[in-house]
Amino acid sequence: MAKVLMKGNEAIAEAAIRAGCRHYFGYPITPQTEIAAYMAKRMPKIGGTFLQAESEISAINMVYGVASAGRRAMTSSSSPGVSLKQEGISYLAGSDLPALIVNVQRGGPGLGGIQPSQSDYFQATKGGGHGDYHLIVLAPASVQEMADLTVKAFDLADKYRMPSMLLADGTIGQMMEPVELPEETDGSGVEKPWAVTGTENKREHNIINSLYLVPEQLEVKNLERYERYKIVEQNEVMYEEYMTEDADICVVAFGIAARVSKNAITAAREKGIKAGLIRPITLWPFPTEAIAKAAEKVKGFISVELSMGQMIDDIKLAEGCKKPVALCSRVGGMIPSPEQVLAAIEKAERGEF
Amino acid sequence: MAVVFSKPKALTDAPLHYCPGCTHGIIHRLVAEAIDDLGILGRTVGVAPVGCAVMAYDYFSCDMVEAAHGRAPAVATGLKRAMPDRIIFTYQGDGDLASIGMAETVHAATRNENITVIFVNNAIYGMTGGQMAPTSLPGQVTQTSPYGRDVKTVGYPIKVCELLSALDAPYYIQRVAVNSVKHVAEAKKAIRRAFENQIEGRGFSLIEVVSSCPTNWGMTPQKALDWVESDMIPYYPLGVYRDKSKEA
Repeated sequence: MAKVLMKGNEAIAEAAIRAGCRHYFGYPITPQTEIAAYMAKRMPKIGGTFLQAESEISAINMVYGVASAGRRAMTSSSSPGVSLKQEGISYLAGSDLPALIVNVQRGGPGLGGIQPSQSDYFQATKGGGHGDYHLIVLAPASVQEMADLTVKAFDLADKYRMPSMLLADGTIGQMMEPVELPEETDGSGVEKPWAVTGTENKREHNIINSLYLVPEQLEVKNLERYERYKIVEQNEVMYEEYMTEDADICVVAFGIAARVSKNAITAAREKGIKAGLIRPITLWPFPTEAIAKAAEKVKGFISVELSMGQMIDDIKLAEGCKKPVALCSRVGGMIPSPEQVLAAIEKAERGEF
Repeated sequence: MAVVFSKPKALTDAPLHYCPGCTHGIIHRLVAEAIDDLGILGRTVGVAPVGCAVMAYDYFSCDMVEAAHGRAPAVATGLKRAMPDRIIFTYQGDGDLASIGMAETVHAATRNENITVIFVNNAIYGMTGGQMAPTSLPGQVTQTSPYGRDVKTVGYPIKVCELLSALDAPYYIQRVAVNSVKHVAEAKKAIRRAFENQIEGRGFSLIEVVSSCPTNWGMTPQKALDWVESDMIPYYPLGVYRDKSKEA
């Protein structure tokens, strides 16, 4: 299929439609508004729903309603708005409902700024709302991946009956690249006998619910959910390795930070430094084994982030604190330059972490 | 032998958890009777609130969704948009609908969302043990207004029907009560009407049911019903606040 030139945010929207999503609910916030604008144009033409909700809270609860009906639904926002959605995300997780939440991150905390950031890593990967739960978290590093991982996020959410999150950033959201759009599907690949579509007087009523007042029952629900999470961790880890075969220094970075890091690694190789990159594509489940394997042969790791050292914790857990892990980051909407990352690699090469 | 009285099909056999004298049981029954009468049980989906009626999902035999506190109209919006041919209702209390969920309520109403909202106003947070509600009366003593609701510091009760009637969009808004046989009969008609409106695609219908809470009001069931008549209804006048079928 021919490639088209698209903005990252628009690629998400078009890919969601092609994945069979016909229900989008959102609330305006920079830098993801193109998603809503695209949906506002397209959904009425294809019999879908675009609804600008009264708040982020309402938008995620509208998603909850559509997901309860067994249909593909999504909402998108940026960091402050995603904080507002956390209540609804916890309820989605607690009710075992599949849905897609897109976070095109901007700097924080508070109102923060409107420039790119990755500082919602903890929120996305460690729960975010109340209670024990996980989201499947996918981190695109190109406009092509904005499209591909949107489809993947819907598929995984349906497969495992859990919400998924596309954790992008303002850079990937705003930039234009050629993209090959995914095939169209109607999104009905997974049977949903649990959905509340009306009993038709033919079955017992279905109930979508996260309330269990008997502690023994609530514990069982949590344990069952975590058994499912184990299967996700076993089967769904995605990452890219770049020049890691002989690497002494292993950079770990996702999203826009990974693209900057690749340039730095190329520059380091030109200087004779054997640097490589592990780029997590799924942030949860995290590529723990790949990091642990790398730890056996590298001198150390560098976590390149647009945050104050969040993913670095997962790297340390993965490599069991066997090797040093340095942090190379910019925050507040700033992006590390390839020179900054190269300097961190050179420092690591000298054994300074 | 002819059956002259039976439990509606739209109710399950689960025993209700409500306190003695609580009128939620009556209101559940009225909703269930409307669903039965209109023959829509198999295509109805209900949305339960957070509050005393939180376990309504166990009591209605149609498909049910339990929503977060106050979010039922947003969840119902999602359900209705996904399944326009299904009948979607919410069942909410005063804290749920008129405090934490006010934005969801007002905006579902102003979209004239084609859903049915059953709003139970008993002027108190019952499930959490009797705190002041957005609809608690001036001077009403509750756990969190132990000296009586002081309107100077916490403001006046919210009259939901009057408030929503200020919007252009909503199709049907009525306030009823269930403290007497006559009022129950009126409430039954109103609730049925609210479902009929949705079946006909007319849009947003809200029925406020002035209700009682003997336990948290600290009254006998009979005294509580009397208080509805003497104190609640004068503050919350019964009647039809919006009926677009009468507007040409």
